Amino acid sequence: MKTRRAGLVYLEILAIVLFLIFLFPFLIVLVNSAKAPFEITQSPLTLPTNWGKILGNMVSIWTSVNIRYASSFASSVIITAASLVLLNLLSSQAAWVLVRTKTRLSAGIFVTFVAAMVIPFQIVMFPLLTWFRDVGQAFGIRLLRSYSGIILAYVGFGMSQSIFLFHGFIKSIPLELEEAATIDGCKRAQIFYAIIFPILRPIHATVLVLNGIWIWNDFLLPLLILGKGNRVMTIPLAVSNFAGAYVKQWDLILTAILMAMVPIVVFFLIAQKSIIKGMVAGSIK
Amino acid sequence: MRKAKHGSVFWLFLAPVLFAFVMVIVVPFVLGVYYSFTSWSATARLGDALRFIGIENYVKILKDPTFAYSFMLTVGYTVLNMIVINAVSFGLAILVTRAIKGRNIYRAGFFIPNLIGGLILGYVWQFIFDDAIPSLGTLIGLAAWADPNNLILAKSASALVGLVIVGTWQYAGYIMVIYVAAIENVPQDLLEAAQIDGASSTRRLFSIIVPMMRQAFTITLFLTLVNSFKQFDVNYSLTAGGPSVMFMGKPIYGTELLAMNIYNQGFRSNDMAGGQARAVVFFLVLAIVSIVQVSINKKREIEL
Repeated sequence: MKTRRAGLVYLEILAIVLFLIFLFPFLIVLVNSAKAPFEITQSPLTLPTNWGKILGNMVSIWTSVNIRYASSFASSVIITAASLVLLNLLSSQAAWVLVRTKTRLSAGIFVTFVAAMVIPFQIVMFPLLTWFRDVGQAFGIRLLRSYSGIILAYVGFGMSQSIFLFHGFIKSIPLELEEAATIDGCKRAQIFYAIIFPILRPIHATVLVLNGIWIWNDFLLPLLILGKGNRVMTIPLAVSNFAGAYVKQWDLILTAILMAMVPIVVFFLIAQKSIIKGMVAGSIK
Repeated sequence: MRKAKHGSVFWLFLAPVLFAFVMVIVVPFVLGVYYSFTSWSATARLGDALRFIGIENYVKILKDPTFAYSFMLTVGYTVLNMIVINAVSFGLAILVTRAIKGRNIYRAGFFIPNLIGGLILGYVWQFIFDDAIPSLGTLIGLAAWADPNNLILAKSASALVGLVIVGTWQYAGYIMVIYVAAIENVPQDLLEAAQIDGASSTRRLFSIIVPMMRQAFTITLFLTLVNSFKQFDVNYSLTAGGPSVMFMGKPIYGTELLAMNIYNQGFRSNDMAGGQARAVVFFLVLAIVSIVQVSINKKREIEL
């Protein structure tokens, strides 16, 4: 028993050391966000002389025209939230009719969606741009540099996996539940919204987490569709725009990074359990 | 539903996703494959300017040293990443499933880097490699670390290692939680029975836990493979493809992974058709990987 205890202590020390190594980069960001440029050049590893500087740096980021933090943050929230609402609603209702309609056509549509998960962004990115431009011009709608274009793109790129996840879950819901409702006089569309949609809660959480982390952090798609320095910018786009404009001005770049990280880390600390659960569920299916 | 096979609800519920699918995936995909056989460019998009030129773009790729280099580099990066990430994640998973105090805090700590986008992480590590590590070298008396020529990102070989370090740091926590779920799924009574029979903890690990984690290994290996192969964000912010190296008598980007090679060919070299042909090759590799994965999973299902 005694040796087992000793073994555990070694493991605990190892865990603490690894934990510190893993969090060290975050510490570096925090510490250097509170420094003046000369302090960083002198010693990036020491604690700042004046923690109050962090506020000054944050104000610089808040007011910078290259990052436009407030508006970029708002855009990121709008894009992520709208895409998530649409993805969850549209994918779940599509998955439901695909599960409950047992025809060749229905199965064929589902298989096509699933097969499309293999398609990497790279093969569609160049044509997507010119196609969005052409369609936009032909119909007089803005698909490039606009919310509608990027949200449509996220629904398109996220729907296959979301439908796949909903499909797997809905298959396990007994049909009797819906049949009882039909007898009660529920219309078909109503059955979905009133009975099925609420049952899907756990899988909604998975789809939200998986797509939420992806969309919030995504860089290449916003870079192409929104472009750098335009009216609508997401946080990753803004950070990259800022880092490009202030090359090696690490005090400000790291402050910008800190401000980009804080919201998602706070969110994680609040919803840690469902986030990890969602990520695992999404990978295994 | 029983009478009309595809009632109005069927089409009504499917219409939005079908619209998005066609707009974002189907049309660009079909156009993309077609354009890879043409003289397509940002200016020559329509009409007479858009000529069908057969496999010319593909022949050009074969002769292009940047593509050959980028392809080999990406394969090397992917293999390294798969090995390192899975080894680290497996070790972490073993660690945080032992009866140590505060293991949930460790799990959360190891997982957190995964929540931050690769683009931002790349900038953080650029600072660590370029500023923090040289400063650490001066501090502990290793002047060589502070030499600008010895910076991790200064040479392409070490910069590739830098990419693997960042990739591992970012991804290990995610793969770890998959392993943790698999380890916790191993029936407890089986482990207890083995313990009573006198099996050591190492023996239990390799004779019971690992064999029962086979499915998890398939998942994690393919996940790390595909994600490493598609890496773009960290590449963009950490090294931006640099530093340059000489390859087949030409100076080229030393750490330009395939996704970035495609991007640069289209936007920097203004050769969208050439970039598109590369993207088709890129897609084919990933499609083959997926087919292999699906067939392995099918085989397993039959075995069970």
